[in-house]
Amino acid sequence: MKPDVDVARRRLLLSAAAITAMPGQLAAATPAKAPPGAVTYDVPENATKVMGRSLLEDGGYGTRSQFETAVRMRADNPNDMTSWSFTPLADTIGNLTPSGLHYERHHGGIPAIDPARHFLYVHGLVDDPKKFSIADIKRLPSITRKYFIECSGNTLDEWSKPKGKNVQVTHGLLSTSEWTGVPFATFARHVGLKDNASWVLGEGADAAVMTRSIPLDKMLSDGLIAYGQNGEALRPEQGYPLRLVLPGYEGNMMIKWLRRLQVSDRPFMTREETGRYTGLMPDGRARQFYYAMDAKSVITFPSGEMMLPKPGNYQIRGIAWTGRGRVQAVDISLDGGKTWVPARLDDVPEPMCTVRFSYPWYWDGKPAILQSRCIEDSGYVQPARADLVALRGEHFVYHYNAIQSWAVAADGSVTNVHV
Amino acid sequence: MCTSRTLTALFIATLFGFSAQVQARDGDDIGTPATEAELSAFFAIPPDGEGLPPGSGNAAQGSAIYAEKCAMCHGEKLEGIHDTGAPPLAGGANSLATEHPLKTIQSYWPYATTLYDYIWRSMPFHEPGSLTADEVYALSAYILSVGKIIGEDEVMNAQSLPKVKMPNANGFYVDPGPDRLIYRPAKASPAKK
Repeated sequence: MKPDVDVARRRLLLSAAAITAMPGQLAAATPAKAPPGAVTYDVPENATKVMGRSLLEDGGYGTRSQFETAVRMRADNPNDMTSWSFTPLADTIGNLTPSGLHYERHHGGIPAIDPARHFLYVHGLVDDPKKFSIADIKRLPSITRKYFIECSGNTLDEWSKPKGKNVQVTHGLLSTSEWTGVPFATFARHVGLKDNASWVLGEGADAAVMTRSIPLDKMLSDGLIAYGQNGEALRPEQGYPLRLVLPGYEGNMMIKWLRRLQVSDRPFMTREETGRYTGLMPDGRARQFYYAMDAKSVITFPSGEMMLPKPGNYQIRGIAWTGRGRVQAVDISLDGGKTWVPARLDDVPEPMCTVRFSYPWYWDGKPAILQSRCIEDSGYVQPARADLVALRGEHFVYHYNAIQSWAVAADGSVTNVHV
Repeated sequence: MCTSRTLTALFIATLFGFSAQVQARDGDDIGTPATEAELSAFFAIPPDGEGLPPGSGNAAQGSAIYAEKCAMCHGEKLEGIHDTGAPPLAGGANSLATEHPLKTIQSYWPYATTLYDYIWRSMPFHEPGSLTADEVYALSAYILSVGKIIGEDEVMNAQSLPKVKMPNANGFYVDPGPDRLIYRPAKASPAKK
């Protein structure tokens, strides 16, 4: 069979002709700077009258529309190597967070790691300490699950005063992905656990060489050594080529750039489980090993810094989640928590996963205070802020899961308030 | 014609045939034995000090290293410099139960071994893992002595460091939540007082 050179040449000529036929369009193109992840193309008056661009012009990976602008936002911290960025929750659609919008928290920058030179060591109280290459790990049977990850410090500025201006800042250290990897239990069978094994240290290959001690119980029940996120390899910011996923637990424990798991009979008391990520109570003592992210929810529309143009029908929308099971229900209050009505769950709750909820609302133009509360399948109900503060004081820092209030003013503007 | 009996037989045959085909063989050829030499590069120091390396240092030695490698971020007096993102390393004694708690190594950290582990693995911030064992002992001694947790002349090594009694050693308790009080009836809820 003759190679199809002619067809290719003809195609080239055709597209060249198309370009020369539209000189005006090209000249007019002083394209605005494309949003991150997008390419700016000329936009014809009528896309049905002009040939579109050919396939794979983007090199084969794809870009988003030039009209989509949502991005992660950096936290106002002095050092970007040990800082965090927020997911634009009000802009995300559906239950999964696009990998490029997954929130970040790094303690020593984002390392560049060649997977061919990366190993996972599993050692300590095991019969046969081993190292596993990424290729080894991909030979093992994998599972795929949807889980949220929430930074233990999500919403930490809300203990005392309503500080975050919008939902990206107040709740944006929360993202949901479909994770693919190998359960820790599989590795455990390959190395053999000693009788006194009860803790596992996870360690990252970043400049922080991040370490956390994890109860063996958790590791064996659903601890996942993940290499996949939303249908492709992990993003570098999310731990490429390997991260730990501990469904429902605080994000800090889900060690990114995972390079070793040391099985032990006691916790190591690393900096991140003593000096950090512990909750200071009013009596000056601190609660340690508070792992699971409690039931929580937030309304993403309408939310802080938005403006309702006029009275009328709106869909209140939001996200609910819990690290201790499934979301059973979500309630909405339109009067600052005095009365509650059930919201609609927009998808099927899964364990340790976010759920979208909505509520059809007619705004009559009067001031209103919108709240949502998550009800977990255990029966636990997301607490009011006053209840949480009464229990823990205002210096607990982490694991803030109180009900969020958005005030809608008569002019339609929405602000963060405490009631 | 397929009767339900032939279907069942077919199903069973398929089941056995299939499982015989895909069943993994005995033995374990995934992963490579990790050697002692490879594992010796790793460390994580628990409160009993297991894994602390040989070496030693005191506060005077640590003070000089601190001035050269740490003070630019953590401040001359260990007070922390906000614009560098580096937290204070000392101060805050007796502040934990007040309106303005200051959580530092001196006031908050329960174990001196954590200090050694953390400096060794990730400090100085821009040159992580560059310090020798002696330097880490010396810096640990210096930070602990500024916090008046050890005397200025005390030598820190694998034996002495785990014995250091941190002021807040008993300041932690295990409580994985959720808060039990949330389950109290509304009338007993502390917020409704």
